[in-house]
Amino acid sequence: MNALLQELLPAAPPAPLPDAAPAAAPARPLLQVRGLSLEYASAGQVQRATHELSFDVLEGDRYVLLGASGCGKSSLLKAIGGFLPAAEGQILLDGRAVQGPGPDRVAVFQEFDQLPPWKTVLANVMFPLLASRRASQAEARERAWHWLAKVGLADFAQRYPHQLSGGMKARVAIARALAMGPRVLLMDEPFAALDALTRRRMQEELLQLWAQERFTLVFVTHSIEEALVLGNRVLLLSPHPGRVRAELDAERFDLHSQGSPEFQAQVQRIHQLLFSGVKR
Amino acid sequence: MSVIAFVPPRAEFVRELPPLPAHTRAHRLPLAQRLWQAAALRRGLMLALLAGLWELGARWADNDLLLPGFGQTALAFAQGLRSGELLQRAGISLALLLQGYALGVALSLALTALAVSTRLGRDLLATLTAMFNPLPAIALLPLALLWFGLGAKSLIFVLVHAVLWPLALNTLAGFQSVPETLRMAGRNYGLRGLRFVWQILVPSALPSVLSGLRIAWAFAWRTLVAAELFFGASSGGGGLGWYIFQNRNELLTDRVFAGLAMVILIGLLVETVVFNTVERLTVRRWGMLR
Repeated sequence: MNALLQELLPAAPPAPLPDAAPAAAPARPLLQVRGLSLEYASAGQVQRATHELSFDVLEGDRYVLLGASGCGKSSLLKAIGGFLPAAEGQILLDGRAVQGPGPDRVAVFQEFDQLPPWKTVLANVMFPLLASRRASQAEARERAWHWLAKVGLADFAQRYPHQLSGGMKARVAIARALAMGPRVLLMDEPFAALDALTRRRMQEELLQLWAQERFTLVFVTHSIEEALVLGNRVLLLSPHPGRVRAELDAERFDLHSQGSPEFQAQVQRIHQLLFSGVKR
Repeated sequence: MSVIAFVPPRAEFVRELPPLPAHTRAHRLPLAQRLWQAAALRRGLMLALLAGLWELGARWADNDLLLPGFGQTALAFAQGLRSGELLQRAGISLALLLQGYALGVALSLALTALAVSTRLGRDLLATLTAMFNPLPAIALLPLALLWFGLGAKSLIFVLVHAVLWPLALNTLAGFQSVPETLRMAGRNYGLRGLRFVWQILVPSALPSVLSGLRIAWAFAWRTLVAAELFFGASSGGGGLGWYIFQNRNELLTDRVFAGLAMVILIGLLVETVVFNTVERLTVRRWGMLR
């Protein structure tokens, strides 16, 4: 179906892509997090969300932040997005400190209300391109069609978000984010509100898109299986406050390895790491 | 504790699914049901029923001075329309109303824009609405007369007061209920300041803004008519309120009713034609309101 739609539609020039060669001597990581502590104030108290996190994301990574609730993974993603200021430490994108929200880091959230309901699907995908003044009207339209075709929603371009299913809304949000050609795509449990069958399909499609485009992805999830399937690198965060427990490789797992003994063993290991050995 | 029942083993089965018969596909409702779905028809019937009850009540009371019937009122209304007096009075009222309404809307948008951008602005708006929203606009009329004299300015002053607070209250509530993810999405794409207000907050809060505009319209209308009852003949012939007042003095009760009917009709017209159309084209189409 996707392939068919792509043939029917004029092929728009793809967004500027990062070079698909992370292995060829990465001089500098794309995203560096250095001693990052995040705090938030609630009810007159200052709570620590994360404590002195450090890690690197390379160009083309599918980098997963994994942890139970309360490990500050969403706060961390918001900080990378520039929505949350750092209490200590810093975040560097291409060597420059992140100062605030910007179109070089586009976020996809779990909530369906991230799509303005007053815009059609097409207008939704065009919206960030126009709002950030990155493209002219015609150019934005062309790019939006290109990406809508890629996620298989070209037939629904003139619909409004409330006429779409949850999975379709998630696809629109992904198309909208990728149309911007961001340096990093930030995803905050984007499939958590979907039913299990749709979630599985969305995971497949996201991996397909990545195989075609090789964007850099930072993905937050609380599902160990999803982390192993989607990521090539998994950062384990322990809760209260979030600290780095481990960084594991997940390149060898994909959607078809879910039943394998090795996969199950890795799930068990991660489970152990996350839920034991935290000294208080 | 429940008793664990013995569940007997059952054979599995798999079925081939044949195409469905025609009558199970989507089909149109019968005509009567479709007609009943039309809100205009239902409401028209309701109005006809009310008019019938009114006429019956009037015949039963049999007192033209106190309660003229629907027929007499309709006659007086038609006469008023033919002579042009009713329309002229309505025109005077509407012109004043629109001026006051527009000014009130502009002021309230300015206030709410201030309120969403600064905390002091928010405090200011919260305090002012808490003070002035419960105050009937008409209670300010004596003061307005003292300040602006007998004339259109005083009326516009009370109209602005009638529009400003309910609209500002609703708009602010709408702005505050904009989902956090939508705000973050807007900031993500580099929207700030007025562009953020205009491209994210206003459309997202449109259901509340529209309901505020509706309430403000009703408040303005009733305030105006009440104010005209006080003193209408100020600037070259009064509006509808004055028309009602004059005719009551002359004991032409059917004309009083005709004047009231005009007030109601204009209200209904704006409600159904203007506001409902705007709603249908925007928030209903976007699925933000059912």
